[in-house]
Amino acid sequence: MTSVIFRAVAPFLTSLMVLFSIFVLLRGHNEPGGGFIGGLIAVSALAIYGIACGVETVRRAIYIHPMAISGAGLFAATIAGLISIAARVPFMTGLWIYPSVLGVEIPLSTVTLFDCGVYLVVVGAISSIALSLEERGGE
Amino acid sequence: MDVAALTLLALALPFVAALVAPLLTRVLGHNAAWVLALFPAAIVLHFTRFWPEIEKGEVVTGGYAWIPSFNVSFSWLIDGLSLTFVLLIAGIGTLIVLYSGGYLKGHPQQGRFFSFILMFMGSMLGIVVSDSFLMLFVFWELTSITSFLLIGFDHSREAARRAALQALVVTGGGGLFLLAGLLIIWNVSGVTQLSLLSAFGPEMRESPFYLAALLLVLGGAFTKSAQFPFHFWLPNAMEAPTPVSAYLHSATMVKAGVYLLMRLNPVFGGTPEWQILLPLFGGATLVIGAVLACRQTDLKLMLAYTTMASLGLLVMLTGLGVPHAIEAATVYLVAHSLFKGALFMVAGIIDHETGTRDVTRLGGLRSAMPLTFVIALTAAFSMGGLVPFFGFIAKEEIYYALSGFDRRTMVFAALTIFGNALMFAVAFAVALRPFIGPHVDTPKAAHEAPVLLWLGPALLAAKGLSAALLSGLTHELVSTPMASAISGAPRAVTMSVVPHIGLPLAMSVATAVIGVVFYLKLDRLRAFIATVLADIGWGPDRGFDQFIRGLVRFSVALTRRLQSGRLEVYMTATFVLVAFVLLIVPLSYGEFPRAPYFAADVPLHELAIMAIAVIGLVAVMVAADRLTAIVSLGIQGFAVAVIFLLYGAPDLAFTQFMIETLSVVVLALVMTRLRLSPSDHRPLAQKIPDLAIALACGLGFGLMLLKVTGVPFDATLTDFFNLYSKTIAHGANVVNVIIVDFRGTDTLGEIAVVMVTGLAILSLVRLRAGSLRRIADNDPDAEERA
Repeated sequence: MTSVIFRAVAPFLTSLMVLFSIFVLLRGHNEPGGGFIGGLIAVSALAIYGIACGVETVRRAIYIHPMAISGAGLFAATIAGLISIAARVPFMTGLWIYPSVLGVEIPLSTVTLFDCGVYLVVVGAISSIALSLEERGGE
Repeated sequence: MDVAALTLLALALPFVAALVAPLLTRVLGHNAAWVLALFPAAIVLHFTRFWPEIEKGEVVTGGYAWIPSFNVSFSWLIDGLSLTFVLLIAGIGTLIVLYSGGYLKGHPQQGRFFSFILMFMGSMLGIVVSDSFLMLFVFWELTSITSFLLIGFDHSREAARRAALQALVVTGGGGLFLLAGLLIIWNVSGVTQLSLLSAFGPEMRESPFYLAALLLVLGGAFTKSAQFPFHFWLPNAMEAPTPVSAYLHSATMVKAGVYLLMRLNPVFGGTPEWQILLPLFGGATLVIGAVLACRQTDLKLMLAYTTMASLGLLVMLTGLGVPHAIEAATVYLVAHSLFKGALFMVAGIIDHETGTRDVTRLGGLRSAMPLTFVIALTAAFSMGGLVPFFGFIAKEEIYYALSGFDRRTMVFAALTIFGNALMFAVAFAVALRPFIGPHVDTPKAAHEAPVLLWLGPALLAAKGLSAALLSGLTHELVSTPMASAISGAPRAVTMSVVPHIGLPLAMSVATAVIGVVFYLKLDRLRAFIATVLADIGWGPDRGFDQFIRGLVRFSVALTRRLQSGRLEVYMTATFVLVAFVLLIVPLSYGEFPRAPYFAADVPLHELAIMAIAVIGLVAVMVAADRLTAIVSLGIQGFAVAVIFLLYGAPDLAFTQFMIETLSVVVLALVMTRLRLSPSDHRPLAQKIPDLAIALACGLGFGLMLLKVTGVPFDATLTDFFNLYSKTIAHGANVVNVIIVDFRGTDTLGEIAVVMVTGLAILSLVRLRAGSLRRIADNDPDAEERA
């Protein structure tokens, strides 16, 4: 892509979108959002970055192979389900803890971990497809 | 610990041993056998504690609930039948482990071998103690799999690989028959446990599904126990190292089929079908096995075919239905395990120490291997049924059962005398001929075997003698409880080694005399059988190859027909089917929706959005090039997303937006790889049918939606989620809570699909057309051309 403006804006746009995607992921439990949507936003961000600056740049930027991200996500989601075994409740039962950090109570749960897993799977799988398509298209 | 926990531990012990075996072998070398043999020995010790109950004719059951919601349990049933089998499996297993220590001494994969054989032992124990059907089936298939690993142990040789695969296909396939049979039994009786099944004998036998269930169960038992015409895998399985042949293919695994028949005898037995099919196949197997055994010159193959014959004899006796036949089968089964295990190990010793097991190239070994000679003779005397060995008692019992004067019994008696005489000849051809006569030079200079090698066969042979001399004790502990368990009513076995003058003894003498004649004329007999077989030319072994080749060719032809590889064909097939289901099914049931109801007061902005969607679609159809078409499709998608938003589904709308954006991006990326040919190049003759299919699909979906929305909305789930989303799952966003919490397991499955799809697409994208190679192994024609 040859547009200078686009190339200049793309990194900022991408960062903002990734940030936004994480925001959407975390607020998903109470407001519209969640891992799936957040993941899709992050993929769009990476796709934009890829169109602007080339696939190699994106691959360097995310450092890990997207498929590995996807695998990590699936692993995290499974672990989130398996934690319930330790608590002797059925698989995938949501468990919550409320640790207090600097006086602020933060609700943490296996559900959150699971949602993060969904996010990572979506980001990894779809961006790896998009990236490899872009790569081949550029040849 | 209580008995149940200990029994569970005993059943798990072989697998534990299999786990530590490789490590132990790395540390101790072949001497690891001494340690590993302790595991099966401990199992023997544990199970002997059931003797007092079993002796009284009681049945011990126990176990643990496994999946209570499906009424599946991990439970065992220990009666005379299973206890005898357990003691044979673990007892001979102990000796086999020792023997393998000597036989594979210095083999780089000895640890792996120990591991496989112990896993097999665990699976086999599982079969014979299983009470629940599912457990029986699982262990049944496990023995097939471990047997596959053991036969193919020497995996660098093609013959071993072929034999392993063949055994797996035949016995594993038979296992599927068994599963189907067990399902029918379950459906008819309603129970899933063997111990409860015995009460349903009459129901089972009178059920219209009896014959189907019987045939399926026989399919499982006959393949496992190498009955004609499924016998061919057994001789081929001799590719396995000798400990495997001695253990799996004579003493234990091949008896699993016989075990199953004996176990089901009280329920299935006694019907005309049972009394026709079993003796028919068993008798045929007996004669064919015994004749083929004489044809062979390889010690192991000779023994393998006599094993087949013995299995035939056992099946025949189980199904014969004359008095004392069950008792005869019981005693013969035990005797056979003892003498055949020993003889196989002797054959292994000869092979190991001389470098050959071709009987025509062996001779005069008695001076070099005196101990082996004694062991071999002891076992052969038992196999030949001579006084005072356990085989004699077995043979007397068999002839006692067969000494009736009706035509059917006389036919089977004649078959048995013939088969036994041939086996007599083979027994001495294996155990006598290599040791006597002038010395023959062998590839290796023969000398006596080390203790690890001779200990196993020596103990088995000695057992064959002591079991006969102490026949009262043997019958009390083993034969009587086992025969009672098989027949489902108390039976007593009393035969002793002291010959009684009578018809059975006369038949025994006749067998021995004919056997000696066969032995002396064995070379001429072998040549004669070889000529006859060459004239026939075709055998089930070749039939198996033809079957497999035919199967592959059929599937290749079918795949070529179904999988054209052209996207248009797949798309057309998919959408034609969709249209068919959506239109024809409602048509045939008269379930079309009523005329749609058009709301009069649709707000202007909603109409506008719908108009945008329609415009997007029209744009797709009139688009001059594909890129425009893709982007126009996005317009329609966004319009739908806005509609979602308007109707209070922000999450859905949000996702739809993202999906539309990404699909446009991805499709555009795909398009850069394809030729962006300016337009559709289909001829009109193809466009019209395509249009018709598209219209039919659209019409179908439209009608279905109208029908669905015509049904009053059921708000149960909505209320449930609204009510509990916040209170139970601590989340206000119901959609998200459903995805990650209420139906989290579904989502886990879905994201796994997303990832696997990603992997698949990734590899498809990476595939270059040039790097696609034909997979030669799966192409039968390529093999023929080569």
